[in-house]
Amino acid sequence: MSILVIAEHDNSSLKQATLNVVAAAKAIGGDIDVLVAGENCGAVAEAAAKAEGVNKVLVADNAAYGHFLGENLGELVAEVGKGYSHILAAAGTVGKDFMPRVAALLDVAQVSDIMRVESEDTFVRPIYAGNAIATVKSSDSIKVVTVRPTAFDPVAAEGGSAAVEQLDVVKDAGLSQFVSEELAKSDRPDLASAGIVVSGGRGMQNGDNFKMLEQVADLMGAAVGASRAAVDAGFVPNDMQVGQTGKIVAPQLYIAVGISGAIQHLAGMSDSKVIVAINKDEEAPIFQVADYGLVADLFEAVPQLEEELKKVM
Amino acid sequence: MKVLVAVKRVIDYNVKVRVKPDNTGVDLANVKMAMNPFCEIAVEEAVRLKEKGVASEIVVVSIGPKASQEQIRTALALGADRGIHVETDEEVQSLEAAKLLKAVVEKEEPKLVILGKQSIDSDNNQTGQMLAALTGMGQGTFASEVVVEGDKVNVTREVDGGLMTVALNLPAVVTTDLRLNEPRYASLPNIMKAKKKPLDNMSPADLGVDIAPRLSTLKVEAPASRQAGVKVADVAELVDKLKNEAKVI
Ligand SMILES: Cc1cc2nc3c(=O)[nH]c(=O)nc-3n(C[C@H](O)[C@H](O)[C@H](O)COP(=O)(O)OP(=O)(O)OC[C@H]3O[C@@H](n4cnc5c(N)ncnc54)[C@H](O)[C@@H]3O)c2cc1C
Repeated sequence: MSILVIAEHDNSSLKQATLNVVAAAKAIGGDIDVLVAGENCGAVAEAAAKAEGVNKVLVADNAAYGHFLGENLGELVAEVGKGYSHILAAAGTVGKDFMPRVAALLDVAQVSDIMRVESEDTFVRPIYAGNAIATVKSSDSIKVVTVRPTAFDPVAAEGGSAAVEQLDVVKDAGLSQFVSEELAKSDRPDLASAGIVVSGGRGMQNGDNFKMLEQVADLMGAAVGASRAAVDAGFVPNDMQVGQTGKIVAPQLYIAVGISGAIQHLAGMSDSKVIVAINKDEEAPIFQVADYGLVADLFEAVPQLEEELKKVM
Repeated sequence: MKVLVAVKRVIDYNVKVRVKPDNTGVDLANVKMAMNPFCEIAVEEAVRLKEKGVASEIVVVSIGPKASQEQIRTALALGADRGIHVETDEEVQSLEAAKLLKAVVEKEEPKLVILGKQSIDSDNNQTGQMLAALTGMGQGTFASEVVVEGDKVNVTREVDGGLMTVALNLPAVVTTDLRLNEPRYASLPNIMKAKKKPLDNMSPADLGVDIAPRLSTLKVEAPASRQAGVKVADVAELVDKLKNEAKVI
């Protein structure tokens, strides 16, 4: 078996999710190659070559891949990947965008968002917003799979010494152009891989009040997340949404503040190790999954939390 | 320009999903079904494009059992002009759905195809992208804004890091995210009118597509359930427990 892992990166650094996907590839077993497609992404390729368990790093460095357009990546990965038994990528917005194109071009099914590897052709994945867990078997010759990064412990980032090989395959489908992007800038840890996440919901009432959560988060080195209701209301940007259709998080500690606990929200955080809920409604469904529940008005509890944390952190 | 919208009949998003005791799937007997929420957003976007004079005709297509006609009628009541029902009682997976939609695209030749980014049953997030690849179109996935300008469409996409805008040549595929729009409700007169709008029926065989699934589901289980924990009296107790009991801070 030979597995091609598509690296997730921003042209300058390798995202941790790639290490989680390599771990999923190890669980399948076989030689693991990593494809780094991007523009001026040499540093990413070097980082990928150091990851544990990687056999070879293939680099496709071209302006056509600079913004990870699905049309171009789809053609590239279908071309490079057709000699492999498995093609794996993280189930982030980049992987979700181009991987189905790869599958369609290769005329195979895709298995989305796997949480576990049962065998080389059988995988476990959530359906119905995680209310059911399906075990599915693929009968295709090439398995195109997206991986839920939080479900696999990452391989070590250092220690490997894979060969790096430049590819000269340029696939510009000519169907799409990058126009602009608005990327959230934050000094806080990345939401999807943070060890502690503090999330706010509709109960926060407005964007300004999120500052209270940010202060608490900064004391603990945490990332800040939100419910869909908080994003829809314009309190915070979309990249902070946790849930079925937002980011999937599984930190050591998840603190839900003013969030009711709708199933679509739980789908994104119920694999957290410890869940804390702060909500003034003692009937809120979030308390059914919380390890520690505090029935309180958040506008009193959050400032107190900040004070108490200052004493112990 | 003609817009094709694909809609799917799924379990209503408010229903508590239960896994069948024999672990073959989830229990859909006597469960409320509805249009997939992302598909509602797709229909709404097409209707808005028509109201702006950008779209001239909206064709809505659904693949599924006879009852999927209810969702097609809903879309017609919301403003679509005509429906196509690709009827089958078999399970249709994403790749096969994309092939069926490709056959419909070849017949209808729409300038824009709008789909939901995922359906809330299988949560696959694949069909739109597969359709785009099979038809050689560009794709604007997870759209939060769609602006048609001449022979291009600019799509703002919700991505992990924030927002990203791409320009796509038409014809193109767009898949909707939650914040693209807020779907309207159908009015009673429009529901009555929708009953008279044309609805074509065809089978996968009529479209020449083999829908045999490539993935088989071996079992479906309930997720590991979390136990509700304890209520703490105050913030001091909470911090103490996090530090000394759970040891996570
Ligand atoms: C297709 C689809 C996909 C979806 N995807 C997602 C998703 O990815 N992520 C997501 O989060 N949601 C998602 N949703 C939405 C989800 O169904 C809920 O509507 C949403 O999660 C509710 O957000 P909330 O808990 O912040 O708001 P609410 O449900 O309104 O809850 C607010 C909570 O705040 C509490 N509160 C209010 N004031 C205070 C106070 N002063 N002190 C303490 N507590 C207070 C209230 O008691 C209440 O429990 C999706 C829905 C659909 C249909």
